Amino acid sequence: MTVDQLIDWFPISATWPGLTFLLAVLICAVPVFLFIAVYALVVIYGELKISSFMQDKVGPMGQGVGLHAWRWGLLQPVADALKLILKEDIIPASADKKLFILAPFIVFIGAFIAFSALPFSQTLIIADMNIGVFYILAVSSLGVIGLIMAGWSSNNKWSLYGAMRSAAQIISYEIPAALSIIAVIMLTSTMSMQGIIQYQSGFIWGFLPNWLIFNNPFMFVAFFIFFISGVAECNRTPFDIPEAESELVAGAFTEYSGMRYAFFFLSEYANMFVVAGVAATAFLGGWQSPIPGIFNSPAWGLWWFMSKTMFLIFVMIWFRWTFPRLRVDQLMSACWKGFTPIALVNIFGVGIWYLTLG
Amino acid sequence: MEDLAFGLIVAITLGSAFMVVQGKQLLYSAIALLFTLFGVAGLYIFMWADFMAGVQIVIYIGGILVLLIFGIMLTNKITSVNISHTSLQRGAGVLVALSVLSFLVVMIGRTPWLEKTALEPAQTADGIGMLLMMEYLLPFEVASLLLLGALIGAAMLSRNVD
Repeated sequence: MTVDQLIDWFPISATWPGLTFLLAVLICAVPVFLFIAVYALVVIYGELKISSFMQDKVGPMGQGVGLHAWRWGLLQPVADALKLILKEDIIPASADKKLFILAPFIVFIGAFIAFSALPFSQTLIIADMNIGVFYILAVSSLGVIGLIMAGWSSNNKWSLYGAMRSAAQIISYEIPAALSIIAVIMLTSTMSMQGIIQYQSGFIWGFLPNWLIFNNPFMFVAFFIFFISGVAECNRTPFDIPEAESELVAGAFTEYSGMRYAFFFLSEYANMFVVAGVAATAFLGGWQSPIPGIFNSPAWGLWWFMSKTMFLIFVMIWFRWTFPRLRVDQLMSACWKGFTPIALVNIFGVGIWYLTLG
Repeated sequence: MEDLAFGLIVAITLGSAFMVVQGKQLLYSAIALLFTLFGVAGLYIFMWADFMAGVQIVIYIGGILVLLIFGIMLTNKITSVNISHTSLQRGAGVLVALSVLSFLVVMIGRTPWLEKTALEPAQTADGIGMLLMMEYLLPFEVASLLLLGALIGAAMLSRNVD
């Protein structure tokens, strides 16, 4: 269901076009917001448990008097959310108030509006734009401005360092990510998210899904470059020097508390979903079923898209508890001397492959 | 409805552009520029130029504005620096501005503008790509050579030469 279909479907669309448009936008935006909130709770719980199991611990098992879930500490994320809501909202006296208040919203908007181009299934996409994948890459750069605003307005050296580091990191890693997406666009010759998924239908030799990751060896490399750059763009470990808690307290978020801090957290998890969703769409066939011939209805499409995306998010969590944090110079040289040249070579390779064998 | 959205986008663009010019603090001006550039991207969408809107956001917001804010934060102390707007030669300035304005009004009135197409083009990006790669290949290559030169020059200047 796209926004356009929703507008056409409304009985009052002819008489009240403005009202219809507003209603359609609200009907699309509110579920996305609720989805992000619920999904963040699930992933926070998953992160707590997965990290504990990787460290041979049991993780949260109970939340104290009055908040006992059935078992396994299932209410832990709810307790965390309640704590964040009830916390005092502190604005430092020397902070720049306007920018300090505005920053979490800009960061969240950057993550939030990217959801409007994610194809959840054959029929479930808010807007299947001509420039879908490019649009997602474009709006994700909004978050950088919000991070810089947060760091600057906090009037704190750790915040400023964190903001500068994360801005440098995000704009650097955007380049290999975008270059590997260019390789995708070269093959599919469309930037629409549904178009990219439709290109990947069918099977090679009858059993291997015709996903772009299996299309040729260069695309296989491009997937990993995109995914690692995406992890870096989300400021996740091993690329979390912007908020390295042992050096910078919490980076740009040091002075934030309560709901404002929660919004930064929420946008980090939303960004993870966007990166994983784009990787699943562009390389892993999106909502296409991996089994020939069956499970290809729109409802199953939602299942396949979510399971591919959640698997990639699991891999991100896995990264976090497996690799040590990179140093600033290692991070930058990995991007500029490692990923960017490989991504450029990949574009040539995909072009030559397409012309000779495609 | 379209008129309402168009009016809103124009209001955001012009209002924030005014704040960019009038802002007393450099960083506030830079943040206001964010909304101006976003508004311009919205105006591109009204001309069915969705690819141009994306390029506007990637280059101007993701690139140039971030670089601008970086520059401000690297040169100033964290404590805000107030910049003063001292206008010299107001009389001559008003004269020049008014003459440019009248010239523009006359020209906008006389130019035969392209009529807005009612239909959404199926693909905008591939048309741009075809033109860049076939008809305007030489200017495209010259521009990329210029950018490469700028890149090498910046690397040379920022390198520590002992």
